[in-house]
Amino acid sequence: MNDTATLPGFADPVHDAQRAFRALLDALARPGRIHRLPPPLRAVPGLGPAAAALALTLVDFETPVWLAPSCAPAAGFLRFHCGCPIVTEPEQAAFAFACGFAELPVLERFALGTEEEPERAATLVVEAAALGEGRALRLRGPGIAGECRTHIGGLDDEWLAARAMLHALYPCGLDLFVTCAERVCGLPRTTRIEPPCAPAEA
Amino acid sequence: MYVSVKGGERAIDNAHRWLAEARRGDPAVAELSLEQIAGQLAGSVDRVMAEGSLYDPELAALAIKQARGDLIEAVFLLRAYRSTLPRFGAAEPLDTAQMAIRRRVSATFKDLPGGQILGPTFDYTHRLLDFQLAAGGAVPPPAERAAEPVAPAMPRVADLLGADGLIEPEAADDGRPVGDLTREPFRFPVDRDVRLQALARGDEGFLLALGYSSQRGYGRNHPFVGELRIGEVAVEFVPEELGFAVEIGTLTVTECQMVNQFKGSAERPAQFTRGYGLVFGHGERKAMSMALVDRALRAGELDEAVQAPAQDEEFVLYHCDNVQATGFVEHLKLPHYVDFQSELEMVRALRAAAGRPAEEPEDA
Amino acid sequence: MMQNPHDDPAIARRRRWMGVLAQAPRETLERAWRRFAAPPAFEWLRRPETGLVMTRGRAGGSGRRFNLGELCVTRAAVRLEGGAVGHAYVAGRDGRRAELAALFDALLQQPTLHDELERELIGPLAEAAHAAREDAARKAAATRVEFFTLVRGEDA
Repeated sequence: MNDTATLPGFADPVHDAQRAFRALLDALARPGRIHRLPPPLRAVPGLGPAAAALALTLVDFETPVWLAPSCAPAAGFLRFHCGCPIVTEPEQAAFAFACGFAELPVLERFALGTEEEPERAATLVVEAAALGEGRALRLRGPGIAGECRTHIGGLDDEWLAARAMLHALYPCGLDLFVTCAERVCGLPRTTRIEPPCAPAEA
Repeated sequence: MYVSVKGGERAIDNAHRWLAEARRGDPAVAELSLEQIAGQLAGSVDRVMAEGSLYDPELAALAIKQARGDLIEAVFLLRAYRSTLPRFGAAEPLDTAQMAIRRRVSATFKDLPGGQILGPTFDYTHRLLDFQLAAGGAVPPPAERAAEPVAPAMPRVADLLGADGLIEPEAADDGRPVGDLTREPFRFPVDRDVRLQALARGDEGFLLALGYSSQRGYGRNHPFVGELRIGEVAVEFVPEELGFAVEIGTLTVTECQMVNQFKGSAERPAQFTRGYGLVFGHGERKAMSMALVDRALRAGELDEAVQAPAQDEEFVLYHCDNVQATGFVEHLKLPHYVDFQSELEMVRALRAAAGRPAEEPEDA
Repeated sequence: MMQNPHDDPAIARRRRWMGVLAQAPRETLERAWRRFAAPPAFEWLRRPETGLVMTRGRAGGSGRRFNLGELCVTRAAVRLEGGAVGHAYVAGRDGRRAELAALFDALLQQPTLHDELERELIGPLAEAAHAAREDAARKAAATRVEFFTLVRGEDA
C-alpha cells in the first residue's frame, strides 16, 4: 500500500527545497512566467517532477492533501516525505493535486478562505498537457505589467469561466500552480486569465 | 534636526570579544562542561526548557553556558534555535497517570492510594548554607532503596475524588483542533488549551507572583494541592507514513492538580473546582503557580467576578512570556535619538506656549 | 485501514521494538552493528534529520488536549537490499543513533534475523531500561511517608 513511500525525495533536501521555494515564490509574484523546479531523485508515480518538488517544498503535516484519481499512487510518497494527511473530501484540503483540469471537482468545493483568513484557501496543483505551448492565454493582474501571454495545454473555456466566477469573492479564492514535467507557472487568485481575443474588461 | 549615524561596528565586535572573555572567567579555573550544567544545575536546565518550550537538556545547558547563567537570555537562545527546525507533527497527549513516579504528594489526602512519596525535595531542609558543598570533593552516600519499588502507575487524586461528584469532572476532549500560540496570535477570549500552553511556557516569576496575589485576596479561590507529582512519562508519536504510534522518548514533567473551593452558582452545585499545571522538568513551584493562575482565569466560566489581575486573561497572557517581555523592555536601550528629539521639541513648544521659555544654555 | 492498527500483533511487536530502540544508548547500538561481519547494505530513504515534535498534555490530566512544548526529535529511514524498510523517530539530536535505530528496525523485520536480534539486542535493552526504572522506583519508595498517630488525651 505504501509502494511510493520508499522513493527518495530531493537529492539535496535543504538546498533543493530552498531553490524550489524561491522559484514558487517568484512564480506567484510574476504570474505566467515559467520556472523550473529541482526534481526529486526519482520519478514519482502519480506526480510530475515539478508537482512532486512543490509538494516536498510546501506540504507538511499541517496541510492536508487531496489527490485526484490519477495522482493517488503518490499518497505513500507524500505521507512519508511531507507527513501530510491524505483527505478524501476536497473541502478538507490545503493542497489539491490533479492531472489535467478535468480531474478537478467543482471549484467551490475547495476551501476558498474567509474574509478574515483568506490564507485558508486551498492551493491547486494541476499537471497540464503542455506549458509554454498549447492554448494561448492573456493574463492580467498584480505582478504583471499591463498584460502578458502564456500557453497552457488542456484548459477549456468552461473551466476558465468557472475560475473567473471566483474573482468576485476576492480576497477569497484559489491559487493555482500549473505544472508540466519539471516546469511550473503560478496563477494566483488575483490573476485574470482570458483567451487572447476576448475583449478586455473595462 | 535629523542626523543619520553609522558606525559602532568595531565597538560592537570588541564588546562581544570582551563578553566572551568575561564569560570564560579566569582561564586558570576549569571550564564548565555541558554535562556539569545538565547534571548539577538541573533546576536551571529544567526552567530554561520549560520557558524555552523546548525539551532538550543538552541544548538548555549550552544556552545557560552561553548566556553566562542569565536564564531569560538562555530561554531566548532556545526559542531562537527552535525556530530554525521543521516540525514533524504533534505527539499523542502525555498520560500522566502512567508516570514513573519520583515524587508525589497530596495536601488534601493523607492516605491516598500509593502513598505520599517525597522524592528528591528541598522541602524539610533547613535552608542553612552547607559549607561542605563549598569545599567540594565529597561524594554523597547513594540514595536509600526500598525493597519494593513504588507501583509503576498511580491513579490521579483528582480522578479518585471526582468519582463521588464532589469535584467537578474534567470536560472531555471534544476533538477540536488544538490551538497553538506559536502559529496563531491570541484571539480573546481564548480557549483553555491556548491558555494552558501560554502558562506552561510562561515566566515562572510572573506566574508565581500572580498565583501569590490570588492567595492574598486578589481573586481569591481557596486552593489546596490535590496532588503534585513529578516523574517520567513516555512520548508517543504517530508518523503519518507508519499510521501507528511509536514511543520516541521519555520526558520528566511536573504536574499539579489544584483543588479549589467553589460556592456554586445558578447552574452548578457547590463543589470543588480544579486548576491544572503541567511543566517540563522538575518544576513544582512553576506547576503550582500555573495551576493557581489557570483556576483564576476560569473565573468567567464559573460566573465569578473578574476583578483581579490573575483573573484577567488578556493581562496574564499578554505579559507572561518573558522573551516577549524582555524584548520590549530591553529595546528601550536601543537608540531612540529621533523620537526623543521630537519630544524635546514638543516640551519646548509647550513651555514656550505657556510663557515660560526653557532656559537656554549660555553658549547656545 | 478500518481496523485499529494497534490490534495487529505484527504491529504491536514492531511498536515494542521501535520504542526500545528509540531509548537505546548509541554505544549499545554501535556494538550490535559491529557484530555483523559484513554490515548489511542499505539505501537511504531519508537521511537523519532533526526536527520538532509538539508534546501535548490534557487539562486536568484527562480533559482537553493542549500543547505543552516541543521536543527535539531525529528521524531516519532506510531500505535494506532485500527491500525491508526501517524507520526511526528518536528523541534528541543524534543522527547516528536514529540511523542505527532505523537499520535495526529494518533488520528486525527480516525473519532470518528477528529472533537473534530480539534475544541479543532488544531483550537486554528492555531489561536494562526496566532495571533503571525499577531502581528509581525503589529510591522513590524509600521516601514514602509512613504515618503514625500520636496518642493524645488524658485517659489514653
